[in-house]
Amino acid sequence: MIRTDVFFLYLVVMAGVTYLIRMLPLVLCRKKIENRFIRSFLYYIPYAVLSAMTIPAIFYSTGCLLSAALGLFVAVLLSLFEKKLLTVAIGACATVFVVEYLMNLLG
Amino acid sequence: MSSKKLYFRGIKDGFPICLGYLSVSFAFGIYAVGAGLSVWQTILVSVANVTSAGQLAGVPIIVGSLPLIEMVLTQFVINLRYSLMSVSLSQKLSPRVKLLHRLAIAFGVTDEIFAVSISQKGDVETSYMMGLITTPFWGWTIGTALGALAGDILPEMVVSALGIALYAMFVAIVIPPSKKNHSVAFCCLLAIALSCAFRYLPVLKDVSAGIAIIICALVSGLLFAWIAPIPDEEKKDGPNDSASDEGKAVAT
Repeated sequence: MIRTDVFFLYLVVMAGVTYLIRMLPLVLCRKKIENRFIRSFLYYIPYAVLSAMTIPAIFYSTGCLLSAALGLFVAVLLSLFEKKLLTVAIGACATVFVVEYLMNLLG
Repeated sequence: MSSKKLYFRGIKDGFPICLGYLSVSFAFGIYAVGAGLSVWQTILVSVANVTSAGQLAGVPIIVGSLPLIEMVLTQFVINLRYSLMSVSLSQKLSPRVKLLHRLAIAFGVTDEIFAVSISQKGDVETSYMMGLITTPFWGWTIGTALGALAGDILPEMVVSALGIALYAMFVAIVIPPSKKNHSVAFCCLLAIALSCAFRYLPVLKDVSAGIAIIICALVSGLLFAWIAPIPDEEKKDGPNDSASDEGKAVAT
C-alpha cells in the first residue's frame, strides 16, 4: 500500500494539472469571439473529440470484440431514434451482457 | 427564469449524466482498488479529478510511484481536450457569470457536462451550470465508492458490460446532431478515420493516445470550420440553422 504523504503529493499534482487545463481558458476568454472561423471550429470540436475517443476504443472496452461491436450497433440504433443518454447507455450495457452470457453458455 | 429554477433545471438535465457516471465510475472504483489503491484513496482521486481517462491513466503512475513529471505530462496530454471545451464554453456562458463562478464551473468541465451545456439555447447562467455539475459529481463520487467497496462481489461479466457505458453515451451525444447537420456527420467520420489510423498504422500507432485524440480533433475541426462554417450569429435562431439546436436530444 502506498504511503499517505506520497499519495497526496501525486493527488495534488494530478488534480492541479487537470484543473488548470479546464480553468485557464474559461477565465481568460471572457469576450465573445466574433470570428466566424473560430466559432465554427469551436462548434465542431466537441463532436470530433468524442468520435475520435469512441472509435476504435469502444471495440476494446468489453470482454471481447463481438460483444463490443454488437453493443456499439445497439447504441447507434438507439441514438438514431434520439433516445435519451441513459437509455442508450443501458441498452449497450445490456447487449454486451447478454452476448457474453450466451457466448459463455455456448463455451 | 429565477436562479433557483435554473439550478433545478440543471440538476434535472444532469441526471442522465449522473446515472451514466455511476456505472463508469463504478468500473473505475473496481479498477483502482485492484491496482493497489485503498478505498478512500480511490474515492479522493475521483472527487479531486472528475475525469475518466485521466484517472485511469493516473492510477498506475501513483501506484508505481513513477516520476511526478510523468503524471504532469500524462494528465496534460489526456486532458488537453478540456481546454478546447473550456474555450467553447467560455463563449456560451452569459457575460454576467463572475470570475469566482467561472473558477467553480471550471472544476466541472467534463465531456458530457460540456455537451449538455452547449446544447442549450442561448447563454447559460451560473445557477444552471452549478445544477448541471452537482448531480453528475455525486454520481461520479458515489459510483466510485460503490465500485471500490463492492468490486470483488460482482461477477466479471457485469463489470465487462459496464465498460461500454461511457462510449455508448458519447455515441448518443454525437449521433443526433449528425443526423440534422451532415457537416457534423462528416467531421465525425473524418475524426474516426484519423483515430483508427493512429491506432493501427505503423509509426502513427506509437503516438500516445492523448496526443492522437488532440490531433484528430484539431485536424477535423479546422478542416470543417474552413469548408463548412456555421451560419452567422444574427441568424442563430433562424429556422434553417442547424447549429442552434445542436444535440437537443441530449438535454431532454
